[in-house]
Amino acid sequence: MSPSVVHDPLVPPLPGAETAIRTTTCYMCACRCGIRVHLRDGEVRFIDGNPEHPLNKGVICAKGSSGIMKQYSPARLTKPLRRKPGSERGAGEFVEIEWDEAFALLEERLAHIRATDPRRFALFTGRDQMQALTGLFARQFGTPNYAAHGGFCSVNMAAGMIYTLGGSFWEFGGPDLERAKLFVMLGTAEDHHSNPLKIAIAQFKRDGGRFISINPIRTGYSAIADEWLPIRPGTDGALLLALIHELIALGLYDREFLVRYTNSGQLVNINAADDEFGMFVRTEVPKEEGCFDPQDKLWWDRTSNRPVVTHSEGADPYLLGEFALSDGTRVKPAFQLLKERVADYTPEWAAGITGIAAEAIRRLAHEMGITARDQKIELPIAWTDIWGNEHDTVTGNPVAFHAMRGLAAHSNGFHTIRALAILMTLLGTIDRPGGFRHKAPFPRPIPPCAKTPNTPLAVKPNHPLDGLALGWPAEPDDLFVDDDGAPVRIDRAFSWEYPLAVHGMMHNVITNAWRGDPYPIDTLLIFMANMAWNSTMNVVEVRRMLNDRHTEGEQRGEYKIPFLVVCDAFQSETTAFADLVLPDTTYLERHDVMSMLDRPISEFEGPVDSVRIPIVPPTGQCKPFQEVLIELAGRLRLPAFVRPDGTRRFCDYPDFVINYETDPGSGIGFLSGWRGKGGEKFMRGEPNPRQWEMYARNNCVYQYKLPPSYQYMRNWNKGYLEWSQRNRIQRYAEPILVHVYSEVLQKFRAAAQGKGSSRKPPEHLKARLATYFDPLPFYYEPLEVQRTDLEKYPLCAVTQRPMAMYHSWDSQNAWLRQIHAHNHLHVNPKVARAAGIDDGGWMWVESQWGRVRCLCRYSEAVEPGTVWTWNAIGKAPGAWRLTPDANEAERGFLLNPLISEELPGETGDAPISNSDPVTGQAAWYDVRVRIYPAATDEARVTAPQYAVVPPAPGTVVDPPRRLAFFAGRKRR
Amino acid sequence: MTQLALVIDLNVCVGCHACVTSCKQWNTSGSAGPLTDLEPYGKDPNGAFFNRVQTFEVGEYPNTQTVHFPKSCLHCEDPPCVPVCPTGASYKRVSDGIVLVDYDKCIGCKYCSWACPYGAREVDPGRRVMTKCTLCVDRIYDPALAEAERKPACVMACPTSARLFGDIHDPESEVSRAIRDSAGYALMPEWGTHPANHYLPRRKTPMRMHEDELVRFDNPLKIDAALPKPPKSDPSLDDVMSW
Repeated sequence: MSPSVVHDPLVPPLPGAETAIRTTTCYMCACRCGIRVHLRDGEVRFIDGNPEHPLNKGVICAKGSSGIMKQYSPARLTKPLRRKPGSERGAGEFVEIEWDEAFALLEERLAHIRATDPRRFALFTGRDQMQALTGLFARQFGTPNYAAHGGFCSVNMAAGMIYTLGGSFWEFGGPDLERAKLFVMLGTAEDHHSNPLKIAIAQFKRDGGRFISINPIRTGYSAIADEWLPIRPGTDGALLLALIHELIALGLYDREFLVRYTNSGQLVNINAADDEFGMFVRTEVPKEEGCFDPQDKLWWDRTSNRPVVTHSEGADPYLLGEFALSDGTRVKPAFQLLKERVADYTPEWAAGITGIAAEAIRRLAHEMGITARDQKIELPIAWTDIWGNEHDTVTGNPVAFHAMRGLAAHSNGFHTIRALAILMTLLGTIDRPGGFRHKAPFPRPIPPCAKTPNTPLAVKPNHPLDGLALGWPAEPDDLFVDDDGAPVRIDRAFSWEYPLAVHGMMHNVITNAWRGDPYPIDTLLIFMANMAWNSTMNVVEVRRMLNDRHTEGEQRGEYKIPFLVVCDAFQSETTAFADLVLPDTTYLERHDVMSMLDRPISEFEGPVDSVRIPIVPPTGQCKPFQEVLIELAGRLRLPAFVRPDGTRRFCDYPDFVINYETDPGSGIGFLSGWRGKGGEKFMRGEPNPRQWEMYARNNCVYQYKLPPSYQYMRNWNKGYLEWSQRNRIQRYAEPILVHVYSEVLQKFRAAAQGKGSSRKPPEHLKARLATYFDPLPFYYEPLEVQRTDLEKYPLCAVTQRPMAMYHSWDSQNAWLRQIHAHNHLHVNPKVARAAGIDDGGWMWVESQWGRVRCLCRYSEAVEPGTVWTWNAIGKAPGAWRLTPDANEAERGFLLNPLISEELPGETGDAPISNSDPVTGQAAWYDVRVRIYPAATDEARVTAPQYAVVPPAPGTVVDPPRRLAFFAGRKRR
Repeated sequence: MTQLALVIDLNVCVGCHACVTSCKQWNTSGSAGPLTDLEPYGKDPNGAFFNRVQTFEVGEYPNTQTVHFPKSCLHCEDPPCVPVCPTGASYKRVSDGIVLVDYDKCIGCKYCSWACPYGAREVDPGRRVMTKCTLCVDRIYDPALAEAERKPACVMACPTSARLFGDIHDPESEVSRAIRDSAGYALMPEWGTHPANHYLPRRKTPMRMHEDELVRFDNPLKIDAALPKPPKSDPSLDDVMSW
């Protein structure tokens, strides 16, 4: 031991440096934790979690801890760029221009489109937490062609649950692990809110909770599960239906919950010949009609043995049986129909599909049912239900679930997720302690009130869109189609093909626009989405489409998608295809809001929203995308952004956030906290000129805590519903009964069967609609699987993102790429050996759409019918300013060339999207593949290889070969 | 005598790497920095990290465990890296047991990394000096930090609180209690290095069920499976049978 120390480790590393700590909100992924940014002489020295923040309570993840390398990345775009005249699109040759020129160019082009045919401008964004502004811009512009990335991410999760429970996992609800005893996770590796979920799972396990993971792969959270049930991809629906079968067969359901809080007891017309077949029977037209379920349905009362209006005083409905109304109409309670539906979905049946033994399925059902029933929680919280009944306690059945893309990204995902929501309901776990809990602004009516227009007449030159570009159809008349039933939107969302495509279908935009079907467009503006790379299916072909020109006719020689604008902070694979590149800022350089009008960061206890404030000045000439939109909106004189005399209402984005109101004088704006002249109001109040300052002073976050009596049972909680009505979170204070039986779906089916008074689908889609708009969940093989030769392509292939890069936008990050610089295809050793592939050897993985050469890694943590890899590690050579020989380019790969964005149509003519037929969710995980070794004389690089992306002007041409980051030193 | 250490709970570590990069960002601009990265944007990027997570699989499908194993200097009580150092650069602090490297004395000969059975030391590829975990010695005594934050960066960051920090010689410390209560173990005790850092093993929470729990007097099927009674006014044999 040496007592004398020369290099004193305690001496300040940079004596005399000026230090400062600022708070803001992270954006290294979609989780949006509170962070503290430590500056040293103006340079970012350290980013840690803000202990005062309700979301992450001081912790931070690998991505958040690597924000410094994002900020100082050599791939940062710093100047607006225009494609070099005469150069090929995709070649990545650009000239620097000034913002004035960029704006003038856009103004001229967009003004012309707006004055002629606003549909020809399409705005699609990769990140969907800025939709309050991007959606407003698109609507004010007048185009229906707007969406964020939800359609290719996890819209089945949002739609499947919201159309059932009025809320969903995600930002809008989650598992209450603080009180749960059993936690079942399906199809999730890592998820947002990622840090809160990690905090909660760890605490849950420490408190002795039991954690079961159902997943083809054991990584991430599944690694610490008490039990791992490997399942074949795309078969979760079969498992969930078998669990429902078993719970009903054994009486392990919460009867009181089903009776009071769901539509289980409501009577359904089962006279097949009736126009009203499959609909709930009703008493009379309600006094008030609106966006809610009127309480005009019937129960068959056990006491009086006759039909009564639901929730009648003293009534108790039959849940099973068949009855006849006085007019002869045969009816059954919804629960009877559910029981009949799952009659054949036995554990033995599911075992053959899922690969999980029948005994294990039974045991799982019993664990859930017994835990829910016997470990009840009674919280001493008095509350009043919407029917006026007072309750002394809040009850909880402590079984919690979480699920995400593993269930969602299949073409049968919507019904799978409906089945999950119904399973959670049978166990009586909805918005109760230890189960699923909502986060404001949810729960909302089923479906929520927002609607798109339902006619192409809503699109008018020089006029805002008459409705929202995205909404929640409640019936066929809500579809956004023309008189012939053809889609109005470029992505065909809200058409008869994908009626509940509530997040749009970004994955089909480029293909549809290239084909000019349903119509060609002029300008495609993409924000923060890598649509020429990992965010697109069929990546090789889509890149060709972006570069494809007309070969005949008037437009000969012109690009099929005439003008492509990409806004991004980095030089991605997609920026290379742009005609105009707009350099965005990083999250540390701008104002942002996590708005209550969009996807806030609410907690179970009440609404929370937050902001970002600039910590460091913008790099080069980069400009926040929000500022670009505000500027363009002013130049185009979009009504919400200008005064009647045409002058601008808002000087910049911060000014807009403070002063914009949804309607003049509505008092509702982007931020809910510190409203009112002095900041004394919440949710609704006059604009507060010091609102930013107040957020900045309070850790950039506003949290509203509801009184405990409003924190549970919110679908039916009088106090909560009236509070949310008073605060204009929703218009109505009506009960939101769980839709065990979905009349909304039945309305579409009825239209397909020629019933009802709504408009009817085109002939060729009737069978499809009648099949998939089943009011009860059912299991079917994913559409692509139905169209695959399974003898030839027997294996499932799926991807996930590693935690260190989950949802992150910069795997070029100098620190994170040292964790994952290239990826392997993980294969069960038995399967790999049978195919003659070595551990670490080169191999081919091939689907009916394409093939990829990659490296194999043996893994005992994947079920033998599945192969998988980390997504988005592979990069095009030179992109993101990595050297062309970087591991990402030579050894990294995407599975995207194996996945098609389209499938052969049902009748063999027009192709259909490779998507869920209900929601248009991209079916990433349906692909089937085979594997074989690469020949010994083949190149030792992944295939396909892509063209080298040259450095864009404004990025660092020669990124350093040696980095020794030490904050503050540069400035000395 | 104090022996500071980390206790890492493998029962909750999900392998997110928060500890890896929070360590990197703290230390690269701290008293142990800068930590060099070679080819940060090129082929085979390779930099100095004080802490890495190794992921490995145990067992055969389907009885597979995926283990995420964070590893940094274990601050051995009898560190083999110290006596082999020819310049005295590698030393163990008497006051708190932290093993450190004095960069001003280190000649980059790597004897210490050969002596370390855990592979916990890394030569900084730029400075050519031996680097390793310092337990954030420049945080844990820093009076400018709030007391609750005088912990290593990795401990502050860890979203699952899988990393505990404290004095394993104090039997009442959080770390000592965790080692006692949760069967904490040291790595490769046979080497006699007495690592100060400990690991807590995976612990499985089972559920015991009994068959009779499926048979209950309050089974709702007793209500729902009961058939409805016909109305008394419906026709019946009572109306026609007179004898």
